[in-house]
Amino acid sequence: MPDTTERTAIRVREFSHYFGEYQGLKNIGLDVFRNEILGVIGPAGSGKSTFLRSLNRLNDLVQGSRVEGTVEIEGINIYEPDVNVVELRRRLGMVFATPVPLPRSIFENVVFGPRLAGIKDKAALQELVRDCLDKTTLWDEVKDRLQTSALNLSGGQQQRLCIARILALKPDFILLDEPCSGLDPISTMKIEESLRRLKQDYTVILVTNNTKQAARVADRTAFFLGGELIEIGVTDRLFTAPVDKRTDDYLRGRFG
Amino acid sequence: MRVRVNPRAEQAIVRGILIVLTSITVFILLFIIYYILKKGLPVLKLGFLLKTPAEMGKSGGIFSTIIGTIVLTLLAILIATPLGVGTAIFLTEYTWENRLTRIIRFGADCLAGIPSIIFGLFGFILFVMKLGFGWSLLSGSLTLAFMLLPTIIRTSEEALKSVPGVYREVSFSLGSTKWQMVTKVVLPSALPGIVTGIILSVGRSIGETAAVIFTAGSALRLPTSLFSSSRTMSVHFYILAREGISLPNAYGTAAILIIAILIINVVTYSLMERFIKKYS
Repeated sequence: MPDTTERTAIRVREFSHYFGEYQGLKNIGLDVFRNEILGVIGPAGSGKSTFLRSLNRLNDLVQGSRVEGTVEIEGINIYEPDVNVVELRRRLGMVFATPVPLPRSIFENVVFGPRLAGIKDKAALQELVRDCLDKTTLWDEVKDRLQTSALNLSGGQQQRLCIARILALKPDFILLDEPCSGLDPISTMKIEESLRRLKQDYTVILVTNNTKQAARVADRTAFFLGGELIEIGVTDRLFTAPVDKRTDDYLRGRFG
Repeated sequence: MRVRVNPRAEQAIVRGILIVLTSITVFILLFIIYYILKKGLPVLKLGFLLKTPAEMGKSGGIFSTIIGTIVLTLLAILIATPLGVGTAIFLTEYTWENRLTRIIRFGADCLAGIPSIIFGLFGFILFVMKLGFGWSLLSGSLTLAFMLLPTIIRTSEEALKSVPGVYREVSFSLGSTKWQMVTKVVLPSALPGIVTGIILSVGRSIGETAAVIFTAGSALRLPTSLFSSSRTMSVHFYILAREGISLPNAYGTAAILIIAILIINVVTYSLMERFIKKYS
């Protein structure tokens, strides 16, 4: 791997993850660059979600979760015992496969994170809500009903709300776990549009079941299979001239 | 040879049986309420509610027993709720499934199956005698609280478990601590279920007789402190009916009991509806 220290934001080395006896990730080594969209593709059960959840230590919530190796974010190994996990998760905002608005109003969903962080100033919160909803192209659609329940939004709107809720944390990274798996093509397009814009300010990691989506939005793409990282590279190159035969097979739809 | 059943006939038969079963349930319930109210309502006057019993309950009202019931139930709920809900939060949020949690759960289930008179005996030995609280509101409410604990633990636990796990993940991913996750996301979603458990417990403790008569005694005076003995409405009803002191007054007391429980249910459910609206 070329020396890319300057641009590297996340450095994963010899990283393995276990749920009890089951090894979900095997000896992963890769770099994530600042302000890129890294696509992560692979069939179901390939470990791509586990990988994503290792980055914000959400796997810790599962009984029997255990890791080997290192994940360095801006030079700090996040699995050191003295790492503040709450702080860490604030820096790596996560969007889930199904949109999960909390059962509250649209406004309260966006300010949930900032409130936890101790921001109380009403005007600042209102400004923040406007800004975050604007960035996800949701503002015009919901500005007149911010106090109504977020559960009444459509699926696509809910997912964009979830992204807005992440932006309100002012994170450095945005982790997306198959964010469009339940959405229609137009909602998907809107989310991809938001992602392209967001990459100017954030580093984005996008786990997706849809290889075409990776091809459309990712700068670089990583291919996972059976808990192993098979190949990582610039998206165009990986899709047109994969080095590993398994990557080629997957992209051609021979399995998965 | 298999008997062929016309699916439509089967549907009609099953439906018919279920309707009959439901009707029987509703009929029994309504009949009990009707019977008690019919016997009890004639003695219900304002004086019956506001006067302290005289001549062992033959005349006068039931004021002191109403106060006794309210104080005893409130105290029992105030003691049992934090213990029970706290235990449930610990079991669901703060520990993995292991031998300890299974033992706690098994213990709670066993406790739930113990007859209330055994709790009464236990309360009598521990609080009344050993700790020297005597027949008192304190002994009674502590005993009741122990009796209610399993119900509150188990209903709270079920309510907490029914909160989708992904809410917890979302809360964590938005930078909450575990405690913030519990108080701001899990508890609001689980509250209707928890409150249902508490209402059930209020009903049980208002209706409890055996455990109370052993521990709170049956004094008819107005209680003046936690160490006063006091009589609840249920105990009053039991004594009036059992000793044949005054059946009309016994039914009057029963009618008040039933009306009180109805009111408590209606009020809490309407409060809950408002709360659910706010959080969905």
